Amino acid sequence: MQLTLWTYEGPPHVGAMRVATAMEDVHYVLHAPQGDTYADLLFTMIERLQKRPPVTYTTFQARDLGGDTAELFKTAARDAFERFAPKAMLVGASCTAELIQDDPGGLCKALQLPIPVVALELPSYQRKENWGASETFYQLVRHLAAPKTADQRAESAKPRCNILGPTALGFRHRDDLAEIRKLLTDMGVEINVVAPLTATPDDIARLADADFNVVLYPEIAQLSAQWLQRNFQQPFTKTIPIGHNATCAFIREVAELAGFDPEATLSKAVSRAAWYSRSVDSNYLTGKRVFVFGDATHAVAAAKVAAQEMGFTVVGIGTYSREFAREVRDAAKIYGVEPLISDDYLEIEAHIAQLNPELVLGTQMERHIAKRLGVPCAVISAPVHVQDYPARYSPQMGFEGASVLFDTWVHPLMMGLEEHLIGMFRGDSEFHEDAAPSHLGGGVHAQSQQDTLKAMPLDQPQTTHASTASESITVAAWDAGAEKELKKIPFFVRGKARRNTERYATERGISVITTETLYESKAYYSQS
Amino acid sequence: MSPVIPIRAEAAQGCTDVIPLVERGQREVFCGLTGIIWLHRKIQDAFFLVVGSRTCAHLIQSAAGVMIFAEPRFGTAIIDERDLAGLADTHTELDRVVNQLLSRRPEIKLLFLVGSCPSEVIKLDLSRAASRLSTQYSPSVRILNYSGSGIETTFTQGEDACLASMVPELRTPALNPAPELLIVGTLADVVEDQFVRILNHMGIERVRFFPPRRADDQPSIGANTRLLLAQPFLADTARVLQERGAKLLPAPFPLGVEGTRAWLQAAATAFDVSPERFEAAVSAPQARAMASLAKAKLHLDGKSIFFFPDSQLEIPLARFLSRELGMRLLEVGTPYLHRQHMAKELAWLPAGTLVSEGQDVEKQLDRCRKLRPDMVVCGLGLANPLEAEGMTTKWAIELVFTPIQGFDQAGDLAELFTRPLVRRMRLAA
Repeated sequence: MQLTLWTYEGPPHVGAMRVATAMEDVHYVLHAPQGDTYADLLFTMIERLQKRPPVTYTTFQARDLGGDTAELFKTAARDAFERFAPKAMLVGASCTAELIQDDPGGLCKALQLPIPVVALELPSYQRKENWGASETFYQLVRHLAAPKTADQRAESAKPRCNILGPTALGFRHRDDLAEIRKLLTDMGVEINVVAPLTATPDDIARLADADFNVVLYPEIAQLSAQWLQRNFQQPFTKTIPIGHNATCAFIREVAELAGFDPEATLSKAVSRAAWYSRSVDSNYLTGKRVFVFGDATHAVAAAKVAAQEMGFTVVGIGTYSREFAREVRDAAKIYGVEPLISDDYLEIEAHIAQLNPELVLGTQMERHIAKRLGVPCAVISAPVHVQDYPARYSPQMGFEGASVLFDTWVHPLMMGLEEHLIGMFRGDSEFHEDAAPSHLGGGVHAQSQQDTLKAMPLDQPQTTHASTASESITVAAWDAGAEKELKKIPFFVRGKARRNTERYATERGISVITTETLYESKAYYSQS
Repeated sequence: MSPVIPIRAEAAQGCTDVIPLVERGQREVFCGLTGIIWLHRKIQDAFFLVVGSRTCAHLIQSAAGVMIFAEPRFGTAIIDERDLAGLADTHTELDRVVNQLLSRRPEIKLLFLVGSCPSEVIKLDLSRAASRLSTQYSPSVRILNYSGSGIETTFTQGEDACLASMVPELRTPALNPAPELLIVGTLADVVEDQFVRILNHMGIERVRFFPPRRADDQPSIGANTRLLLAQPFLADTARVLQERGAKLLPAPFPLGVEGTRAWLQAAATAFDVSPERFEAAVSAPQARAMASLAKAKLHLDGKSIFFFPDSQLEIPLARFLSRELGMRLLEVGTPYLHRQHMAKELAWLPAGTLVSEGQDVEKQLDRCRKLRPDMVVCGLGLANPLEAEGMTTKWAIELVFTPIQGFDQAGDLAELFTRPLVRRMRLAA
C-alpha cells in the first residue's frame, strides 16, 4: 500500500478514455462499478467538452456481484453498438472489474460484432494513466493501420507527415497541435493524419501514407511511432519543440526528414521570449534557483528552457513518468543534480523542502506543495485542473509557446524593483519581506511565518536523502544576533542561507553561529 | 373505471402511493467517496483515508483538487499488486500507512478508514483494522470505518455511512435526562446557527447537531433524543440512532418555506411548544422567506423541470419547486427511494408525478430530449453536453454544497434555479 495525498496520474483506463474521447467514431465499453462515471467529468467539466465521452459503463453494484456480471457486460456492449454505431470498439475493465475477471475481450468476441473490437489489457494495480493511453493508442494502431495504399500524391508531391500524440485531457494539446500544425504547414509539409485527437478509425488505417511521424508527446505516442517505424519504415521526430531553441532544433530535424533546407523557416523564426529574456528587465532572473517536476517530456524541456533561455539555475529535476526515467536522469546529469524519479507526493514534497528553490515549475500537485512552503510556482505539466484548460490561445510548443512560457514563469516571481527595495529597507508596514509579491495582491508568505526548513516535518518516514540527511542532524546553534541578521535576508533565499551557514559551521566544528559566521559562510560560498 | 368505485381524495394524498419507474442500466452517479469532499470541511479535525485503488484517489482529487491545499484532510492508501498477490500482509501495510499519516498530522483526532469497491471486493476487513488501530492510538486518535464504495453507496449515501459509523461511539446520557433535539445531517454552519436561534426562541434549548464540527464534540444519544432529519439520505444513520433509543420525528425536509415550517413544527410538537409561541418564533423569518421567493416565482412559474437521479434531494426539491414556485414536474429521478422518510414529501408531490428510482441513463436521456424541459437538474457529466444540445441545466451537486435549508435560504435555493434561466436570457440578449 502506498499513502497518497495526491496522485500524479489516474488509473490506466482513464488513459484509454483519453484516447477514445479524442477520436471520432470509436466507442469504449468499460466494465466498471457504479461511480466510475466520475471520469466523464474530467472531460465535460475540466476540459469543458460539449459532448459526453464515448464511453459506456456497466456500472455494476454489490447486488450484481452475486449474479452474472459477464452477462451485464455483454448487454452493455450490444446496446452500445446498436445505439452509437461506432466504426471500432474498445473494451476493457476498470480496477474493480479487473478483480472479478470477466474477460471483456472474450465476451465481446462472442457477440460477433461487425466492426473491429480492440480488447484492452490494462493492469490497474501496476500501470497508470499515460501508460493506458499509450497502450490503447498502440493497440488501435496495431489493429487498424494498413500498409501503404496505392499512393495518389497530389501534383505538388509535398513531403507528408502524421502528428502523433495529442489526446483529450492533455495539457495544452489543443494549442500545441495548432501551433505545430501551422509551423509544419508553413514549412511546406503536408499533414496526413493527426492522431488520436480528431482521428477516425479510417484515419488510423491510412497512417502508413505519410513519409514520417512527428511525435509531440512520447508518453502517449512513442510506442506507436516505434511500431510504425518497424512496420512501415516511417522515421519519427525525437525533438520536443518546447522553448525557442528546441523549436529551432525541431525545425532542423523535420527539414532533414522531409528532405529540404531549414534555413528559410529558421530565418523567419521570431519569438518574443528570446528578446524578453535578453532585455535588462530580466537581469534579476539570473541564477534564480528553480525546481522542475512533471511528466518526463515537459520536465526535461522546461529544465532546458529554464537553464538556457531564462538563465535560471536548475537545482532539481524529477518526473513521475517511470517509463521515461532515463531521459530525466540524463538531463539531471547536465545540471549536476540528483534526479527524482517518484510518484510519491510526500517524497517530492520533502525533496523540494530540502532544496529550498525560489521557483517551482511543476504540476497541480506542486502547487499544493508550493503553497505549503510559500514558494512561487508555475504549472508546466499535467496533472492540471480546470484553469489550465484556458479559453485563450496558450500553447507550450513552438515560438508562441516560448512566449507563453516566459510570461507564465516570470509572473509568480517578485518583480525586480520590489525585490531590490525589500533587500534594502525592512520593516515597511506594507512592503515587507514576509509579504507576497504586491503584483499578486499581497497576502503573507507561508514560508516567512514558518521560517523555512525548521517547520518542515523532517520526520518524514520513508524519505531517505542520504546526501543531505547529515546536515540536519548536527546543526550548530544560532546566537540571537546571527538569528536576527538571518532575518534580514529576503525570504526567498533565506532558507538557502540558513542551510549554507549551518553546513559551513558544521564542517568547521563551530558550535555557535554568530553574525561573523554568517558572513564568513556567505563569502565562502560566493567564491565557489 | 367503474363509476361505483369512488375516486380517492387525490389532492390530500399526492404521490403517497406512487409506483416509481424502476430502471436498471448505466447509472451516471457518483460513489459514496464523494461525501468526503464536504465532510472533511464539516468535521475539522477528522481525516478521511480511503483504502482503495488509484481510481479512488483520482476521483477525490478531480473533485477537490481545484482548491490548493497546504494540508488536505483526505488521502488514499492505494492497494498495489503486492497486496493483491498476498505478498504483503494488508493489515501490516495498513498499520504502516496509518502510522505514517498520523506522525505527519498529529492534530488529527478522528480518522476514518473509508472502504472502496476494490477493498470490498477483496474483502479487506477494515472494521477489524479500525478497532485494532483505535486501541493502539487511544486516546489521542479514534479510528472508525465505513464504506463509500460505488457498489454499495451512491453519492450522499457516503455521508449516511459515515455518520452511521460514528453512532456506536456516542455516549449514553445519565439517568432521566431532559429531552434533547438532535438534528442529523450535514448543514452549513450558518444554517445550523439560524435553526438554533429559532428553536431557542420557541423554548427548545437543548439542540445538538450531528455530525458535530469537531470530533470530540459528540452529542449523547438515548431515549431522551428526538431525531429530526435535515437530509433525506440518512436511512442507515436514522436506523442505528433509533436502535439506540432515539425517536424519529416524521417531517418533510427543511427546504422552502413550507418544508421548513413543517419541519420546525415537528420539533415544536414533540417538545410541546404552544401554537402561539411557535408562531412567534417562525412568523418573521417565514414572512421574509415568502417575500424572497416572489421574484423567483416570476421566472419559474409554469416552467417545466426534469430531475436526473443524484443525491436523494430530488423529491423534496421537486416538491418545493412545484408547490412554492409553480414549476411543472416532468420526471423526478432519485437514486434510492426511502418511502418512510419520504412519506410527507410524497404526499405533497402533485398526484401523477412520474417518479423514477434507479437509472438507465441512455433511456432517461431519450425521455428528457423528447420532453425538452425548460430546465434539467443533472450531474456534471451530463450538464455541459445537454447545454450544448440547447437545454438549460442546473447541476445537481451544487445543491449539496450550498446552504439551502431553512427560511433564510429559501430565496437562495430558488435563485439556484433561476440563475441558469436568467443567464441564458442575458447571453441571448
